[in-house]
Amino acid sequence: MPSTTQLAVLDELKATFAASVLEVTEHVGDVFVLVSRDTIIPVLTHLKETHRFIYLADLFGVDRFTAVDRFEVVYNLVSLATGTRLFVKTRVPEDEPVLPTAIGIWSGANWNEREVYDMFGIRFEGHPDPRRIFMPEDFEYFPLRKEFPLLGIPGSIELPNTTPDPENT
Amino acid sequence: MSHTELDLTNKLQPKFFAEHQYAYYKALEDKHTTIEITDDDPLGTRMILNMGPQHPATHGVLRVLTELKGERIVKNKLDIGYLHRGVEKIAENKTYQEFMPYTDRMDYLSPYSNNVALCTAVEKIAEIEVPERAQYIRMINCELARISAHLLWLGTMVMDAGAISFFIWTFREREKIYSLFDEVAGHRFTVSHSRIGGVASDYTPKALDEIRTFISEFPNELRDWNKLLNKNRIFIDRNAGVGVVTHQDAIALGMSGANIRATGIAYDIRRFAPYLRYADVDFEVPTRLEGDNLARYYVRMEEMGQSVRIINQCLERLKPGPIRTDNAKKTYPSKDEVYYSMEGLIHDFMMTDTGVCPPAGRETYHAIEAPKGELGYYIQSDGTGHPWRMKIKTPSFSNLQGLEHMLDGCMLADTVVVIGGVDPVMGEADK
Amino acid sequence: MSFEQALNKQGFLTTSVDALVNWGRSNAVWPMPMGLACCAIEMMAFAGPKYDASRFGSEVFRFSPRQSDLMIVAGWCTYKMSHAVRRIWDQMPDPKWCIAMGACASTGGMHRSYGVVQGIDNFLPVDVYVSGCPPRPETLIHALMQIQDKIRQHPTITLDA
Repeated sequence: MPSTTQLAVLDELKATFAASVLEVTEHVGDVFVLVSRDTIIPVLTHLKETHRFIYLADLFGVDRFTAVDRFEVVYNLVSLATGTRLFVKTRVPEDEPVLPTAIGIWSGANWNEREVYDMFGIRFEGHPDPRRIFMPEDFEYFPLRKEFPLLGIPGSIELPNTTPDPENT
Repeated sequence: MSHTELDLTNKLQPKFFAEHQYAYYKALEDKHTTIEITDDDPLGTRMILNMGPQHPATHGVLRVLTELKGERIVKNKLDIGYLHRGVEKIAENKTYQEFMPYTDRMDYLSPYSNNVALCTAVEKIAEIEVPERAQYIRMINCELARISAHLLWLGTMVMDAGAISFFIWTFREREKIYSLFDEVAGHRFTVSHSRIGGVASDYTPKALDEIRTFISEFPNELRDWNKLLNKNRIFIDRNAGVGVVTHQDAIALGMSGANIRATGIAYDIRRFAPYLRYADVDFEVPTRLEGDNLARYYVRMEEMGQSVRIINQCLERLKPGPIRTDNAKKTYPSKDEVYYSMEGLIHDFMMTDTGVCPPAGRETYHAIEAPKGELGYYIQSDGTGHPWRMKIKTPSFSNLQGLEHMLDGCMLADTVVVIGGVDPVMGEADK
Repeated sequence: MSFEQALNKQGFLTTSVDALVNWGRSNAVWPMPMGLACCAIEMMAFAGPKYDASRFGSEVFRFSPRQSDLMIVAGWCTYKMSHAVRRIWDQMPDPKWCIAMGACASTGGMHRSYGVVQGIDNFLPVDVYVSGCPPRPETLIHALMQIQDKIRQHPTITLDA
């Protein structure tokens, strides 16, 4: 059951952003709000400024593997003042995996967005440092997509030479 | 990324992953301002120094690229991913219980907390009730793991600052905790003792005695170390005012654990969203206001003392009872049932083969207070025994982001102490 | 008669010198810990007070490859890290030995995925494989003693340069 503060936040959010709040789901006490892609930044800013969700605990992607709106990006928000946690989701299609960056709202979104880019290929517009974070830049694939095999693609990342390099030793 | 854009006049030619290295040099240049080689630097005091992935002080494989002006770090970039093994993708192919050993290897300094994090998340999504005795056993072991992780933090941070004998002393205490875990769970440290629905095995009387002995002797050691370090001129000079984070920055960057508590924000998941029986025990959440390395040191030392307090209370409240739920569809049956009854055998087989199946489409998040910070598991289920998506929110990932912010303006020698103070675990940060 | 044959005919002299040199080498094996992950913690315990490594001569854990003879790779090695490990191996002077500590270093261990090299012997010549996840420090001591045995049989004088 969502708590009273969560319900209050949801009601106010639905009142202010009636068109963008697409769906509200609740699972075992966690509330997930699905927001449309073009209004994600105003919604997040509103949540931070008005409802004091000043702490971004996590930002991650999910590969739904559907034909429409394949990827989902979830923002895990915490309000320290009221002790509530809220999840905001948005969906991104496969042919145009672009989202505006949330760095302007929380500077901690930096590395998390780089991780989403590295693992799923979703680009964040306005990100100051759009590079991969776990895999080297030379890597061409996006590992957490469902079609990428667990064991990797042979030849996608190289092993070192086994003969000693005379210049370097 | 064109290689000709950068004029690396200091003959830096990468030997492997050239794109990756060039991207880093470019990022370092782009950070805040560009590298300008001007005439007012006749001694060439600006240089890029690489504290490479293999370094005794980087607490695992962390690479710090620093641009130095003399001794001061003007800007720095962290390169992580040297321990990335795609644990989240592995999780999509394993049942929840099969995934338990992988959690051990993430924050490998306190493996028990990781087990409990996964267990509590799966118990939340599958709505499994855990018996009281199991919860207290988990709490005792989690707090022991917290003491163990903080001991290693203390040993390595102080060793990096120069006091090498601390490493030996803290490891002596850690060996006691290891033999304790050996007795309780069968393995020294990557135990997978916590099972979905409870714990694997109960405490033997010998284990309880060992825990009581350890808990009665440990505060003396802690007191001795406090006496050695708290007023030590060298230690304070080395750590005070170093690696300062303001509380606004700590919140904006998403840091957690002792790092954010040292800036004044008392964000502890044990109080924010109590799990197991933390709501029933009495403990304090230590905080400090300065936000520097010394504050982080004090916070962790006091946390160790609070852990001892929690363990004492849990030992008092430990009542005899079952250690796993009785629901054979959701948790492993006891070994007696497996060996002596047909249903037990079949249930054991089904649990290993298919596992717990939470309802399809259900997603949930559960966080615990690991020694490093907020360790959270987001699980999205597709109705089978394998999760559709498991995202692990690791505290070291966010803390390292904070580290990148902290190191600007520090001297190079402080890097070592600050990394020790932030206490990252690369296995966790790189997933 | 070639030089080697002449030397071998000396028999007693060269084997004694060999034995002396190898005795010295085996009792002062300075490890270079390539501590990557959880096995590094057990390696630290191996260097710690209870399972003392220094009583075997491994007094100093030199983090500099140029001053060490044994590289203990502890933990899973990713593709990204493998180049750094190989480079450090190349920087170690001969004679050098390598211990692959743990299941992950030996074969990739439980991490059968895209990021992990399935065994460091894909790019490093390994002398001793230690199984365990993580191996107890006693196992690592056993591995060190096996390296010592291997060193004692090393033909130092009579080796073709």
